[in-house]
Amino acid sequence: MDGSHASGSKVAAADGPGTQRTQYPYVTGTSIIALKYKDGVIMASDTGASYGSTLRYKSVERIKAVGKHSLIGASGEYSDFQEILRYLDELTLSDHMWDDGNSLGPKEIHSYLTRVMYNRRNKFDPLWNSLVLGGVKKGPKGEEKYLGMVNMIGTHFEENHIATGFGNHLAIPILRAEWREDMTFEEAVKLVEKCLLVLLYRDRSSINKFQIAKITTEGATIYPPYSLKTYWGFSAFENPSQGAVGSW
Amino acid sequence: MSSIGTGYDLSVTTFSPDGRVFQVEYAGKAVDNSGTVVGIKCKDGIVLGVEKLVTSKMILKGSNRRLHSVHRHSGLAVAGLAADGRQIVSRAKSEAANYEKVYGEPMPVKELADRVASYVHLCTLYWWLRPFGCGVILGGYDRDGPQLYMIEPSGLSYKYFGAALGKGRQAAKTEIEKLKLSELTCREGIVEVAKIIYGVHDEAKDKDFELELSWVCDESNRQHEKVPDDLVEQAKAAAQAALEEMDAD
Repeated sequence: MDGSHASGSKVAAADGPGTQRTQYPYVTGTSIIALKYKDGVIMASDTGASYGSTLRYKSVERIKAVGKHSLIGASGEYSDFQEILRYLDELTLSDHMWDDGNSLGPKEIHSYLTRVMYNRRNKFDPLWNSLVLGGVKKGPKGEEKYLGMVNMIGTHFEENHIATGFGNHLAIPILRAEWREDMTFEEAVKLVEKCLLVLLYRDRSSINKFQIAKITTEGATIYPPYSLKTYWGFSAFENPSQGAVGSW
Repeated sequence: MSSIGTGYDLSVTTFSPDGRVFQVEYAGKAVDNSGTVVGIKCKDGIVLGVEKLVTSKMILKGSNRRLHSVHRHSGLAVAGLAADGRQIVSRAKSEAANYEKVYGEPMPVKELADRVASYVHLCTLYWWLRPFGCGVILGGYDRDGPQLYMIEPSGLSYKYFGAALGKGRQAAKTEIEKLKLSELTCREGIVEVAKIIYGVHDEAKDKDFELELSWVCDESNRQHEKVPDDLVEQAKAAAQAALEEMDAD
């Protein structure tokens, strides 16, 4: 092995020379924002996908419905997400074929994904994503809302509100301050749009084309993409290089 | 060595002098003794129905299913040895899943019927294998519309408008022939299938049975599913009413 490269160097896989595992993502999507509200779970993202740092694709859907009760949203490598969707399709197909009146809920699908993600990380061949799972399903305590996430190293948890990627830094403080359990859908959309707008201003890989989706007892609805109104006249934007050290 | 086979019936790899393969014919007998299985092609989809004979009161309702989903868009009804049928179902499932993985679209029903028939046929070609003791009716819905196939233990497979297997197949077929299948909807079809199954059921020989019904049609989103419970109950009631009317005459 050539030890002179600090990072991104070729590592021969344990299963023989000539094979190489994923060491960095190619086409990536940025943040996912999701939160529980009165009737279910709302999820939002932009529709951009970057090739490295180039904003390469402008209308990719990063939120999809899974089965009857769940939504999945993905940040990170888009082709890995497509592979995950294939796994989930296999899962929901066998669920359908049982035809026994039971169906997989968001909890079960999340649990499945945590196993897949952790297993792949242990093979040093991770699926390069942060996945968000939201849903509503009848349980022993009535209609149960569910929101959880799992990332490329298999870390997973449930929360009332979740933001992945840059959103984890910029949207979480807003969500912590303003989220309430009993928000209406309109209030939830407002809060989500506030987060998306902050991300649009500060995350260079986000674009002004957003998609909102919700899941309730009635099922999943994924709304068509739309843009938000921006205002670039904030004083902080006026002279970005002011006070910065360096030549620019 | 004086009975029917006279020595030529011990292996699927031996022909009799007049060109028959007795082992395959015997497999057919296992199908003929089974509870009746019916499939019809209506104008908007397929209805499958099974007279599932219940051998003991101790058996939980809904167990030992004879109707199986294969992928989203098709279903298999099994007549004969149920365990052999599950083997065919499992093969059909993997064929359908593999086709979709390779070609990125659901498997055409015709193709699925061909593959399943090949598999069934394969088991009649080697001395170390035994033919399947079951016949299956395959119903599915693809871009060419609803289609119905029947596959016999010999591996023979034909496309049908209406098909029946098992004990009551003769009576069932005459009943199916009376139906106007090109005008019948699946909603009406499930009642007709229920009537046929209740009609051919032999109360004297087989005491108890469970009616299994499934469909693939526009109403079920072109997915193969069990018919919803309320519709099954309606169909059962209609079938029983029709039976009583017949007895009264």
